[in-house]
Amino acid sequence: MKTYEQINDRIESGKAVVLTADEIMDYVDKKGVAAAAQEVDVVTTATFGPMCSSGCFLNFGHSKPKIRMSEAWVEDVLVYAGIAAVDVYLGATQLRHGDPANMYYPGEFRYGGGHVIEDLVAGKTLQLFALSYGTDEYPRREIRTYFTIHDLNQAIMVNPRNCYQNYNVAVNDSDRTIYTYLGILEPGRKNATYCSAGQLSPLLNDPYYETIGVGTRVWLAGAQGHVYAEGTQHAGDCERTGNGVPMEGAGTLALTADMKQMRPEFVRGVSLRGYGVSLALGVGVPIPILNEEVLQRTCVRDRDILAPVVDYSVDYPQKTGRVIRYANYEELRSGEIEIEGKKVAVGSLSSYCKALEIANRLADEIRRGEFLVSRPIAPLPRHAKMKPLVIREK
Amino acid sequence: MSQTVTKKLMLFFPKCECEKPIIYHLVKDHNLIVNIYRAKVTPEEEGYLVLDVTGTEQDIQRAMDFVRTFNVTINTTGKGVTWDEHRCTHCGQCLPRCPTKALHFADQATRQVVFDEAECIECLACIRVCPFNACASAF
Ligand code: SF4
Ligand code: SF4
Repeated sequence: MKTYEQINDRIESGKAVVLTADEIMDYVDKKGVAAAAQEVDVVTTATFGPMCSSGCFLNFGHSKPKIRMSEAWVEDVLVYAGIAAVDVYLGATQLRHGDPANMYYPGEFRYGGGHVIEDLVAGKTLQLFALSYGTDEYPRREIRTYFTIHDLNQAIMVNPRNCYQNYNVAVNDSDRTIYTYLGILEPGRKNATYCSAGQLSPLLNDPYYETIGVGTRVWLAGAQGHVYAEGTQHAGDCERTGNGVPMEGAGTLALTADMKQMRPEFVRGVSLRGYGVSLALGVGVPIPILNEEVLQRTCVRDRDILAPVVDYSVDYPQKTGRVIRYANYEELRSGEIEIEGKKVAVGSLSSYCKALEIANRLADEIRRGEFLVSRPIAPLPRHAKMKPLVIREK
Repeated sequence: MSQTVTKKLMLFFPKCECEKPIIYHLVKDHNLIVNIYRAKVTPEEEGYLVLDVTGTEQDIQRAMDFVRTFNVTINTTGKGVTWDEHRCTHCGQCLPRCPTKALHFADQATRQVVFDEAECIECLACIRVCPFNACASAF
C-alpha cells in the first residue's frame, strides 16, 4: 500500500519507478504482483485520436475603442461569442463559413474548428473578424485583425468529452459506401474501423475509476492539465467483462489545460470525408500504483478488451442496439477480423504509435520529477446510465 | 542481351507537348515495356504521366534523352503521390485501403507507419481516406 504523498515524494526525489501500460504486464508477469506493487510507483497510460467534444476559450483583450463582440469568426470559422465582451469559445467541429458541407456529397471538409485549434497551437497568424451592435461603453461595431496565440491573454482548452473508455468497431452492412465519423465504410462489410488505444488507453487501465477522478492531473497535448468533471455521456453502469473492463463506450473525461503549453504534434485537425471536421488530441494519464488491485488492473492486455462490432448503415443511426459480435483489440490490431465466416480488413483512427510516444514522454517527465500525481477531489460516478432523448409532446 | 531494369518515372508535359505520341515511340523505337499508373493529359493544358518503364539501362537512357527533346521534365523519383511523414499520425486508417502495402507498419510493436514509394501504384485511395491530409497528389 502506498499513498499519493509517498508516491509524490519519490517522484520529487527523482527515484520513482515508472512504466508504461504497454510494459507493465510483462514486468508483473516476471516479478509477481506483490513485489511489483511495492516497486512500481506509476503506470502511464495514453491515447491519441479524434475527440469531437473539444474546444477552447480565447480571450483577445480590448481594442481601442472597445468592442463587445456579438458574432465572431477566426479564420472564417464561427466561434461562440455569447459570453463576455472579448471571450469566445471555439469548437472543434465547427465548419468554415461557406463550406458546402455535404451539399456535394460526400463533402471534403478541408478546414474547420479543429484545424484552427491546430494552427493556433502551431503559433500561426490567424484572422479575427467580429461584429457588434455597439453599446455606450463598447462603441466599436466591427473589427478585423490578426493575432497569434502569444497575443492572447488566455487560450484554455476545455473539452467536455475526451478519452472514451472503449468504443464501437464500425462496419457497413448496406450495399453502398457510407461516410462516418469512423471513416469511410465500404459496402458489404468490406472494412471495419476501431478507435481506441486498447491496453494503453487511460480508462481501460482504471476501469472502476479508482484513481482517475475529478482533479486528476493529466498530460493534455504536452501541457499539464486536469480532469475538471466527468465527461459528457459518462456512463459507468455498463456491461463489463470478468476483469471489470467495459464492453462499450462507458466512461469519459472532461479535460482542460493551457494551450500555450501544448505541443503542435499532439493537436491535429481532422477532416472526415462525408462527415465533417474534428480535432485529434494526445492525452496521457498517470496511474499511481496505490495497491495490488490498482496494479493488477493496469495489466490488462489487448486480448482481454472487447469492443462491440456495430453496423453503421442501419443499426447505429436507427439505434437498434444490435451488436454483430465482440472483437478484442489483439484481433483488431492484426488488421483483420472474422465476422460470420468472412474476413474483414480493419483500420484504426486512433494512433497507437502516438499513444506510445505520449506514455513514454509522460513516464520521462515523472521520472525527472516534473509531473506529480494528484489525488482526485471527487470520484467519477460509477453508476450513471446514458439517457436517450425522448421525442414527446409538451 | 544485357539485363533489363524497371524504373518509375513521372513526366511533366508543358502545355504544347501533349499531342505528340511520345509513349508510342518509347515502345516502338526504344524497346521499352511501359506500365502507366496514372495520367492527366488534357488538350491545351499541362499534362502529367506516372509510369514504369522496363528495358535495358541503355534503352532507358536513350529513351529519356528522346523524351527530353520535347521539353518534358522527367522526375525519376516518381512522386505523383507524396506522403508527409510529419503530417502522418500513424493512425493506420489508410493501411487496409492500400492495395500494394506501400503504406505499412514499420513494425507491429511501435505501429509506426512508413511509405515505400517504389511500391505505390498511385491508386489515390489513401488520399481519399486519410483524415490528417498526410497524403497528396502532384496532380
Ligand atoms: S491515414 Fe493518413 S495519418 Fe493515418 S496512417 Fe495513413 S497516412 Fe498516416
Ligand atoms: S496511392 Fe494507392 S498504392 Fe499509393 S500509397 Fe496510396 S493507397 Fe497505396
